[in-house]
Amino acid sequence: MSTAPPADPPRRPRRRRRDWTGLVFVTPFLVVFTVGIVAPLVYASGLSLFRDQLIGGRSFVGLGNYADALTDARFLEGLSRVALFLGVQVPIMIGLALLAALVLDSGRVRAMRFMRIGIFMPYAVPSVVAALMWGFMYGDRFGLVAQLNEATGLALPSPLSSTWVLAAIGNVVTWEFVGYNMLILYAALRAVPEELYEAAAIDGAGEARVALSIKIPALRPALWVATLFSIIGSFQLFNEPNVLQSLAPAAISTYYTPNMYAYQLAFNANQVTYSAAVAVLLGAITVVVAYVAQRLTERGNRR
Amino acid sequence: MRSMSATTEPRPAPAAGTAPPHGGRRTPAPARTGRRRSRRRTSVLLQAAMALMVLYTLLPLYWLAVNATKTNGELFTSNGLWFGSEFALWDNIVTTVTYQDGIYLTWLFNTVLYSVAGAVGATLICALGGYALAKFDFPGKRAVRAVVFGAITIPATALAIPTFLLFAELGIADTRMAIIIPALVSPFGLYLMTVYAADSVPDSLLEAARIDGAGAWTTFWRVAFRLLAPGVATVLLFNLVHTWNNYFLPLIMLSDPALYPLTVGLNQLNSQVTTGANLEPVYNVVLTGSLLAIVPLIVSFLFLQRYWQSGLAAGSVKQ
Repeated sequence: MSTAPPADPPRRPRRRRRDWTGLVFVTPFLVVFTVGIVAPLVYASGLSLFRDQLIGGRSFVGLGNYADALTDARFLEGLSRVALFLGVQVPIMIGLALLAALVLDSGRVRAMRFMRIGIFMPYAVPSVVAALMWGFMYGDRFGLVAQLNEATGLALPSPLSSTWVLAAIGNVVTWEFVGYNMLILYAALRAVPEELYEAAAIDGAGEARVALSIKIPALRPALWVATLFSIIGSFQLFNEPNVLQSLAPAAISTYYTPNMYAYQLAFNANQVTYSAAVAVLLGAITVVVAYVAQRLTERGNRR
Repeated sequence: MRSMSATTEPRPAPAAGTAPPHGGRRTPAPARTGRRRSRRRTSVLLQAAMALMVLYTLLPLYWLAVNATKTNGELFTSNGLWFGSEFALWDNIVTTVTYQDGIYLTWLFNTVLYSVAGAVGATLICALGGYALAKFDFPGKRAVRAVVFGAITIPATALAIPTFLLFAELGIADTRMAIIIPALVSPFGLYLMTVYAADSVPDSLLEAARIDGAGAWTTFWRVAFRLLAPGVATVLLFNLVHTWNNYFLPLIMLSDPALYPLTVGLNQLNSQVTTGANLEPVYNVVLTGSLLAIVPLIVSFLFLQRYWQSGLAAGSVKQ
């Protein structure tokens, strides 16, 4: 590779010759892509078509595992839980991120650099540590909620009770990602050319008009990216409930989210092929929901 | 799964343009010097709202830092938001790193190994590939773009169990490579590098290098890679954070505690302590271990952020 031909005199001014150099450069990626993504998906999809029986060993059952999953109360319970999570947590998080981005962009606050970094900081914290920290603060051993109740005589419910634990998880996820989403949105606002604002000012547009006609349209693609990643994150929810489980074993079941269920099937129930079906199905559902959301956004944009 | 990649292929192009480090590319200096900003008056209401938000994001980190300085006993008896009577941070650190024959240091070493090997490898692979996709024509290029960029929406967590099943079949599940190999794959990194290379590496420069007789490999390292440096830093940082924070995959893949990264080790220790499986209630080890686990990330974040900004400024001057 290092001795690629210096031949080919500069006859053609265009550099984009059609040759194999580019393919050689992209080959390392294709190799790891195949080993790390394509092969596991192909293998797991294949495995999901079989079932292990006590007698007779592994036998082909076609889409049987998928049919089972779609009527499996535990899988469906987890699925509806993450759908609820998606419907509540994601709008709150994106709303907060949007608000923060608009405020930063308005230039009407001091110490912006500190605020930006401070709000973004949780993104650098592993979700395991985030869940551990919040879990301790939630908890009754040396948690803040218990101390607050003790100090003020309030009777705040435990965030780790089965009523509140989903909200408690939502808070951890919001904490982790609000700053990241804020930065995505803020960067989109910063990319608006100054001339646009100047032109709007000359035309006598007020602040509301500027927000409506310039800022919101400029934000739309970034909002979509932020939402897309949040949809994926919701459906794939695993780390936070898994970590909090040891603190709230009564509130968080082993099939609390679909991913936890798949994990439980593979490792504790020893239903490996069914676990593969659940994992593949969940991945497919996630991508379909993300796709549908994208189409809806596009239709909204065309209007 | 082929349909998955096909359906998600038309991804909005502005993604990279709006990702943190790129969005500001055209702004010469850190945000606070924005031109239209100086004219605005500070709003007390907005200031208060932002202060509240920073409080929300920093409070848990403060809580962790404060409580990592307490002895096990004082964790339960002192105010959670203030220091105890004894400042035991150093003792806690010593206890943490010597606990169970220094298992924490083993976990730390594993985390560093996995993240550095994974992130450096992934970033080089993405830089090469992105440069190729942006600057070369080659047979099959359109197919490569469609499949790889379509794979961006396949979540890493959805791949964890399939990857484990395959690696278990191949007999490499409980090894270090089982964590490093998946960390080398970053479709989003490739996407960012492609967009970045298209913007920041001028064709004329590559043409000049070619006329000077430089081969494709030399040109990449001597010319393109330097121009790509800010993008490389970005992709490196994101991959580093991703692997450092990875939990699901190592949790599934590894059964030997000597191979655990910090995330898996810390959580296992915590659940042993919480459920009473571990007879010593070493909450101080869990807390101090958590604190030590995030310090390098936060420091490298701040450090690399400066690096970005200088890169961003240089990029804007060139335009």
